Amino acid sequence: MTLEISGLNAGYDGTPILRDVSFNVGDGEIVGIVGRNGVGKTTLLKTIMGLLDPESGSIQYNGEELTGKAANEHARRSIGYVPQGRDVFPTLTVRENLLVGETVGGDDETRYEQVYDYFPILEERAGQDAGTLSGGQQQMLAIARALVGGPDLLLVDEPSEGVQPSIVQSITEDLEEINDEFGTTILFVEQNLSVIQGLADRCYAIDRGTIVDEITGDAVSDQENLEEYLVV
Amino acid sequence: MTSGFGATGALTPLIIGDFLGFLDSIGVPVVQLLQIADNFAFITLAAIGLTVIFGMMGVINLAHGEFIMMGAYITTLSVNVASLPLPVAMLLGALGTAAFGAVIERTIVRRLYGRLLDSMIVTFGLGLILTQGTRIIFGNTLQSIGTPFGEVPGYTYSGYRVLLMFVAIAVLSAAYLVFTRTEFGIRARATIQDAETARAMGVDTDRMYTTTFAIGSGLAGLTGALYAPSATIVPGMGQAFLVESFVTVVTGGSTVLLGTTLAGGVLGTIDAIFSNLYGNFFGQLALLLTAIIVIRLLPDGLTGLAYRIRDKLGERQ
Ligand SMILES: Nc1ncnc2c1ncn2[C@@H]1O[C@H](COP(=O)(O)OP(=O)(O)O)[C@@H](O)[C@H]1O
Ligand SMILES: [Mg+2]
Repeated sequence: MTLEISGLNAGYDGTPILRDVSFNVGDGEIVGIVGRNGVGKTTLLKTIMGLLDPESGSIQYNGEELTGKAANEHARRSIGYVPQGRDVFPTLTVRENLLVGETVGGDDETRYEQVYDYFPILEERAGQDAGTLSGGQQQMLAIARALVGGPDLLLVDEPSEGVQPSIVQSITEDLEEINDEFGTTILFVEQNLSVIQGLADRCYAIDRGTIVDEITGDAVSDQENLEEYLVV
Repeated sequence: MTSGFGATGALTPLIIGDFLGFLDSIGVPVVQLLQIADNFAFITLAAIGLTVIFGMMGVINLAHGEFIMMGAYITTLSVNVASLPLPVAMLLGALGTAAFGAVIERTIVRRLYGRLLDSMIVTFGLGLILTQGTRIIFGNTLQSIGTPFGEVPGYTYSGYRVLLMFVAIAVLSAAYLVFTRTEFGIRARATIQDAETARAMGVDTDRMYTTTFAIGSGLAGLTGALYAPSATIVPGMGQAFLVESFVTVVTGGSTVLLGTTLAGGVLGTIDAIFSNLYGNFFGQLALLLTAIIVIRLLPDGLTGLAYRIRDKLGERQ
């Protein structure tokens, strides 16, 4: 898996949001995108996922140009997406939500077993409407829904948002283990310091739609370094 | 005229006659029940295509009546002109209307999602074109193919109409199973709830919309096909289904097929009572009044009420 983004410009109805964004993600890495509210993190993930067409620039995935392709074609190329606010299908059951995620993965029962291994609560609640789950459980479901598709690259948008601190910790560990066990590359967006430090191999800081810094190695564990881009 | 239903067809009214005679003998008010069941069949079949398209896609298809007319015309022409057996002609009526629906979705309706008024105006116009186009091509009326089976022995009731009651239940059940139990149905519901997320999960949402619209259209065509033998085949025949179909969607509420079934039962009973006592005009008036009362008292229709009762019962346990 390789992801190379260069010169990306994107926005909504002519309002530019992302400006000349370039970075790359290597196979098996966990890369964080950090930045305050409204700087364009979600816009970036949506553009990579094909939910938003960029004005210009390129998104090369395994050497193939993705711009201009619809989101469902991205999913078919084994890119999984966990949206901000989770966006589970509220009146579909947990099991039915997973089935939608399976669209690209094919009917592979072992994937369900793996997913239920990570999130046993989902197996318990399999027949329940997703809308009745707690925030943390919905977050697990959104991750699981992406996982049953068997992604090589997982895009995760603010997994800690609206989730109890104790559950945030366990979701962070789950993502780490998923990366370890399946070699899934993870590109995630976060504002929560402990999640960023617990998860990221390296980070890009984004401000007003453009990448302003890359934070690697020991610098990731340096709190002040990150806070510069997170605290208002 | 041969019905094309063969030996089973000839037997059906006899079996039904015996069964009804048995019910009569144990004190069941058979005639009244027949009337209610007949209305239930008509109301649910009239509404089902409309409810699928409105409930699943949020589009009010004002050409619904003309889709029904199209199903009836394809069926009648297949029998009269191509001499096909009636069941095959009916299948063609449903499939032909479904295919037409798919084309309309791709070319017109697709551009109008989320624009309720625009889609109403456009489908209303489409209905006018279909009615007038049919009049120009096929004239003011087609020769009727006649109702198969004759009357149920011992009753002045058409055996075919009795059969339609069972068909209505079968069609409702099949539609329910397709949208709740199949992978297609689950992906279609996901698309309707949140198209962007469904697309990100790999669902080809464009295809889902086309297929769902085609299924709704095909169900309308099937209704036309099923009533073709007993209806007068004229370009404006779709109008006869409109009051029932729209009242059903309104009173049924948001849960598509459950709503249709509940509304069919309640409205079928009301229609039977008022039509019997005061005639058809007052039957339809009673339906409209019921719709108004239901909207005032139950904002989410009969399904809303059903869910509230379920929750109450759940709390008690
Ligand atoms: N659908 C939209 N239409 C128009 N503007 C939007 C839309 N979504 C987000 N924006 C704007 O784009 C900017 C970046 O938003 P977003 O990418 O959601 O930021 P972040 O995820 O970093 O909080 C904000 O100014 C926001 O108001
Ligand atoms: Mg965001």
